[in-house]
Amino acid sequence: MTEILRLDELDRRFGGLHVTRKVSLALRPGDRLALIGPNGAGKTTLVNQISGVLPPSSGRIFLDGSDVTAQSQAERVRRGLARTFQITTLAPHLPVQRQVELALFERERLGNSIWRSIDAFTGVADEALALLGTLGLAHRADVATGSLAYGEQRLVELALALALRPRVLLLDEPMAGVPKADGPVLLAALDRLPADLALLIIEHDMELVFRMATRIAVLVQGELIADGPPDAIRNDPRVRAAYLGH
Amino acid sequence: MTTTSPAAAATEITPPRARAMPPPWRLPLATIAAAFVASLLWPDQLGLVGRIATTALLVLSLDLLVGYAGIATLGQAALFGVGAYGAGLFAQQVHGDPLLGLLVAAAAGACLAAASGAFLLRFEGFTLLMLTIAFAQILLSLASTFRGLTGGDDGLSDFTITPILGLWEFDLEGRVGAIYAVTVLAAGLYLSRRVANSPFGLSIRGIHESRARMAALGTPVRKRLIGIYALSGMLAGVSGAITAQINGIVGLDSLGFPLSAEALVMLVLGGAGNLSGSVIGASVFTLLHHTAASIDPYHWLFVIGIALMAVVLFPPAAMAQKVWARVRGTRNTTP
Repeated sequence: MTEILRLDELDRRFGGLHVTRKVSLALRPGDRLALIGPNGAGKTTLVNQISGVLPPSSGRIFLDGSDVTAQSQAERVRRGLARTFQITTLAPHLPVQRQVELALFERERLGNSIWRSIDAFTGVADEALALLGTLGLAHRADVATGSLAYGEQRLVELALALALRPRVLLLDEPMAGVPKADGPVLLAALDRLPADLALLIIEHDMELVFRMATRIAVLVQGELIADGPPDAIRNDPRVRAAYLGH
Repeated sequence: MTTTSPAAAATEITPPRARAMPPPWRLPLATIAAAFVASLLWPDQLGLVGRIATTALLVLSLDLLVGYAGIATLGQAALFGVGAYGAGLFAQQVHGDPLLGLLVAAAAGACLAAASGAFLLRFEGFTLLMLTIAFAQILLSLASTFRGLTGGDDGLSDFTITPILGLWEFDLEGRVGAIYAVTVLAAGLYLSRRVANSPFGLSIRGIHESRARMAALGTPVRKRLIGIYALSGMLAGVSGAITAQINGIVGLDSLGFPLSAEALVMLVLGGAGNLSGSVIGASVFTLLHHTAASIDPYHWLFVIGIALMAVVLFPPAAMAQKVWARVRGTRNTTP
């Protein structure tokens, strides 16, 4: 199968600080790639470059064969790239259902529709409620997003990304800050992700990483020091020295 | 022992849905009804009714920006003034028909907003606030410089407005002006509510709450903001045009900073982000101004200042919620 996402020597500097150093990576449909590394390794900066929040200082990003390095975030989303945020980034005053509808309206290119009421798009509302149902959030549809428990807000983050029906999904620490009790729901949702979705997941929870990932890439001080199957990574002395520590 | 009511059982089976959006005709109809009652109660104050309606339209245009989109601006007078001068010049140079004048002013306001927004909306917060003031000041200075066109300090007054649809002439009493202004305001409220209820309006609220989130959903954030800025410019331009047509004069004050600031004060008084606040704020401000200034023409701003402090320190919506919660609490504890 051909690559859906390819990074060619992605480099990013902030003044004198070199945050990602010539990172090259490729993802095929169905890949479950975990990107691990110590805090400050440049993982989120890499995701920000892939999603278009930050332009790289040099290097190229290809999505489904097309160079998207100069394209806006919106254009990349339209090409099938979605992401979640390490720190929950939602519209706190909107009801959960409306929040998901926002994603659906954008996916269906209805965001410029200025005359029809959102209540008239019953198909969109039904899809939003069905999606919330699969994540166990149907009973919270009418609640302001900001008043949800943190674990539930992490699920809404995931719901928004799934609503876009992405082909490449970047999950930035989906389990961060999720209380133990909410963990299984989120894990079950991650297990149900479409099989042909290419997934790049940043996570510190090693149990989750080794459970989900079919491949692991290790980033240390902005440099990719290893990229391979979980077993190989687990036994790689450089990785053990730099990160796993055991 | 607890019993489950049929209503509670139903909500357990059917998952809740987000509350439906308010119908678009409700606010315009309520506004027309309120204006009608006010005209019956104070038949000699029709000019005031017209002024309130015109001002409410300007505040409405500001609510779309400040309340809905979270765009900080103190330069709304630029869009109002362009509409006012546009309608005045159109009447002077081309045709005196007021409805055509409204269209010209709407286009002028929308075009100016879209063009300036393409630059201004690259910025946010305090920087944007300062730039909007600067932009309005530049227009004011241009209007003052090109006195051959605008009349400068003397104002633009040598234009004649023909009767509306060839039937109703603007009278000194202000009856036709009031009906005209209230009708256009109602149309503006209807349009704004429809837009606010639409997917576009929802995305504007999303942008207000989190630009990063909306960008991650694929929303072209700046384009949407330019869109709402253009709509706001259209309404502000129309408001300026009505003022010009009813008064028969356009002065430099229509581009001035005090007008922008007063519109923002009215929005805060009435409550931002719900459209109805524009009508309430414009009514409260204009009536306070009218009453206080007739009692003491020199110190009326003192009353406005006190009212503004009261509203900011004790927001009416929050107060109403507190009172309502207390009433419900009392009712629940009553055996």
